Amino acid sequence: MQAFLQNLINGLALGGVYALVALGYTMVYGILQFINFAHSEIFMIGAFAGVLSAYWLGGLVEPGWLSLSLTMLVSMAACALVGILAERLAYRPLRSAPRLNVLITAVGVSLLLQNLAQVLWGSTPRLYPMLVTPVSFHPGPDLVFTNIQLIVIGVSIALLVGLVLLVHRTKLGIAMRAVSFDIEVASLMGIPTNRVIVFTFFLGSALAGCAATLYGISYQKVEPMMGVWIGMKAFVAAVFGGVGSLGGAVLGGFILGLAESFTVYYGSSTFRDAIAFAILILVLLIRPSGLFGSVRKEKV
Amino acid sequence: MALEDANAAGGIGGKRIRVIHYDDQGRSDEAVTAITKLITRDKVVLVIGEVASSRSIAAGAIAQQYKIPMITPASTNAKVTQLGDYIFRVCFIDPFQGKVMAKFTREFLKKTKAAIFRDIRSDYSVGLADFYTQELKATGGEVVIDVAYSTGDVDFKSQLTSIRSKKPEVIFLPGYYTEVGLIARQAKELGITAPLLGGDGWDSEKLTEIGGDAMNGHYFSNHYSQEDKSPTIQAFIERYRSKYNVIPDSMVVLGHDAAVVAIDALRRAKDTSPSSLRDALAATKDVPGVTGLITLNEQRDAVKSAVVMKVTGPKTYGYVTTIAP
Amino acid sequence: MKSLSKNAFLVSVVFILLLAALDSLLGAYLNPYFLRVVVNAGIAAILALSLNLVSGCAGQFSLGHAGFMAVGAYVSVALTSIAFPQTWFSSGLGVGAACLIGGLVAGVAGYFVGLPSARLRGDYLAIVTLGFSEIVRVFFLNLEWFGRARGVSGIPKESTFFWVYLWLAVTFVVLWRLMRSSRGRAILALRDNEIAAEAMGVNVAHYKIVSFVTSSFFAGVAGGLFAHYQGFIDPQSFDFSRSVMFVIMVVLGGMGSLSGSVLGAFVLTILPESLRVFEEYRLILFPLILICLMIVRPQGILGSREIWEWGRKK
Repeated sequence: MQAFLQNLINGLALGGVYALVALGYTMVYGILQFINFAHSEIFMIGAFAGVLSAYWLGGLVEPGWLSLSLTMLVSMAACALVGILAERLAYRPLRSAPRLNVLITAVGVSLLLQNLAQVLWGSTPRLYPMLVTPVSFHPGPDLVFTNIQLIVIGVSIALLVGLVLLVHRTKLGIAMRAVSFDIEVASLMGIPTNRVIVFTFFLGSALAGCAATLYGISYQKVEPMMGVWIGMKAFVAAVFGGVGSLGGAVLGGFILGLAESFTVYYGSSTFRDAIAFAILILVLLIRPSGLFGSVRKEKV
Repeated sequence: MALEDANAAGGIGGKRIRVIHYDDQGRSDEAVTAITKLITRDKVVLVIGEVASSRSIAAGAIAQQYKIPMITPASTNAKVTQLGDYIFRVCFIDPFQGKVMAKFTREFLKKTKAAIFRDIRSDYSVGLADFYTQELKATGGEVVIDVAYSTGDVDFKSQLTSIRSKKPEVIFLPGYYTEVGLIARQAKELGITAPLLGGDGWDSEKLTEIGGDAMNGHYFSNHYSQEDKSPTIQAFIERYRSKYNVIPDSMVVLGHDAAVVAIDALRRAKDTSPSSLRDALAATKDVPGVTGLITLNEQRDAVKSAVVMKVTGPKTYGYVTTIAP
Repeated sequence: MKSLSKNAFLVSVVFILLLAALDSLLGAYLNPYFLRVVVNAGIAAILALSLNLVSGCAGQFSLGHAGFMAVGAYVSVALTSIAFPQTWFSSGLGVGAACLIGGLVAGVAGYFVGLPSARLRGDYLAIVTLGFSEIVRVFFLNLEWFGRARGVSGIPKESTFFWVYLWLAVTFVVLWRLMRSSRGRAILALRDNEIAAEAMGVNVAHYKIVSFVTSSFFAGVAGGLFAHYQGFIDPQSFDFSRSVMFVIMVVLGGMGSLSGSVLGAFVLTILPESLRVFEEYRLILFPLILICLMIVRPQGILGSREIWEWGRKK
């Protein structure tokens, strides 16, 4: 029982990160119907932003809420910038091109960012700054959780709530939903589609920046290839929850985190990454629209 | 640095030594291509490399095929020199290293129950874990649990939870420093107090950087100790530190010794043909390297002792004991 | 018709003799390093060609081509080096047979990947193929019998220039004839407009699967050739970046152009070697090429034409 609870907590903390990154995928897919392969690298850049800002600021700020929030803001800004640039330079020119082309371009951007990071910062892993002093709580003899895990879970849920409010209660949110429904009609209705798209990328990427900060304080290891697997799994989470559905993405993220923790504990660690793909393939075979997604009919 | 010394001293038989180096990006297929280029295009007479055993095995096959001598500074997997008579190494081998830590567990720490946490992606780690297990059981110890992780993983909580439930007295962690540092941290977070033991894959400045204070109190086997009072070692450390601003880790030291052995063989060889070089290398005896007097045995491995270190603080390791073959 | 097949037979014989002659010439006079690059280019060409069939011609974006290569490689190696070492399988013909079997098994894998592709659209299919490739890699990474992370070494090196380029010719001819037939037109219809094709009575699912199976068969054979050229394989050789490399080759040459894929494969095998001096910067160059290509000239060098149709509008 203790082990179960322990894995539960570990899984949720892991899932929180996946959930935040999954939100980015699902938002962009909802609007443009394309998988932003480079999203995982945007996440990676957020993590490096944290490392670099700590390096430049030196030991100016003590660990605690202030330094955590500041670093998170810096990461979010960096990610948003990269996301918007990618959209403007690589994706927008291909807005009317066959889907295959954009997909390939996205793969290209992803690789470009990975290798650029490697050239700029080297492939030796870096250490994320200690923004929060870890405090362990021992509710049971074999049960431990840390304040960091609580922060991750809490922030993910809070951001989800904020996002849902934004999408359903504000004008901007309505615009976003309209564009995701039918981009041509939305522009006919007077919605500035380009601006909405840019904003979506901005938001999705900023969320990745948050995720990067939370990941950094949880796992400390930062290196150019770190985004690859996180991105892949977050994408699976988004698909599982139903692309286009925000709640689905977050739920998918948490479920994936739990599945991973339990599989590694009761099964073998080598299948840790495979479980994500197994879930993906099952979902795509049985219910491609995911938990909460809506099936789109392709019209000719 | 070894090269500077040699060239400064007039070179070998009047000729300067030139080094060509390629980066294989840590991939075995790149290693194969790179060494083929070195041998067939650049026509080198001797190769020093690689560090990781799996890549040494890949590249070594080529070196043996073309009959060009290769010296690996740090590959400890036994299979490397088994490739053929043109492959040499200046470090100890894993069968010995595994035994060392098992001996340390039983005789020094006086513990019996161990957990094994190996890196399934690394031949080195898997091999070391097996040798440790073998020796531990032979001396009356017991392995309570054997779990694995993969190079590159960042989350080890599930496996550590399993380990914790079996209450081991020590945990053998024969991996590389990046994962070891993270594991130490997470182990501490989970409340695990058993000491961690490891091999030379731990040796790096970054170990304590990544592991923080969670690293303190754990032990690992290594090729050399910075605290060793021997004047050769201290002089080397001083010289290296003034040149590059960091304390040399065992990879640096072994690399240096590989070069020293190579140069020594070059001097003794009849000519610069690969086969003469090979014979000269095979006869290496008592060559003064930083890690001690180096002699290569019939299997072309170096006969050396291992030291056991204890992590005591940021970038500081305390010397604990030496275990001889 | 008789004279046609007689012609074809004669041409084949002459071609084989030419190859054999070239093989001995190159073996004797060409620097081994250059020869290595040439052979690697040939193997890459087979892989690019096969990927082109499924991605360029049928329009099914596959990011998992390295997975099929891996299947072929490991299966053929299982026969020649693990299960039956030092037997007939280690001879030239034996290795050829092993590669063939590797290709067949890869074809079966292609069938299973092709099945869901019938129902999946572009983006999803890409992810599933990527997933397949990763699962294959992890599968071999975990089996002790296949050497886990250290892979398999000591593989008999029977893939010579001759065999590689012979297979390349076979692949090219088979695919060329396929694409020129009515089946080929059906496959092209898949790419151009799937729904219209279905409406016109083309069995979309069937042709998707056919493309995948054929493509993966040749990829598997190439994998076997690769393994028996390197003398050594490990799971890391078949990772995502390798799949992407093949994609870049196909895109560069022109999706739908068979000779384009060969061209792309050659360029992208030789270029990295000649740029080895620049070490890591070359890794930035390739994605950059890809992005610029997609934006500026998505049809690649040859578009959907073949190299002998250069200048003709298509």
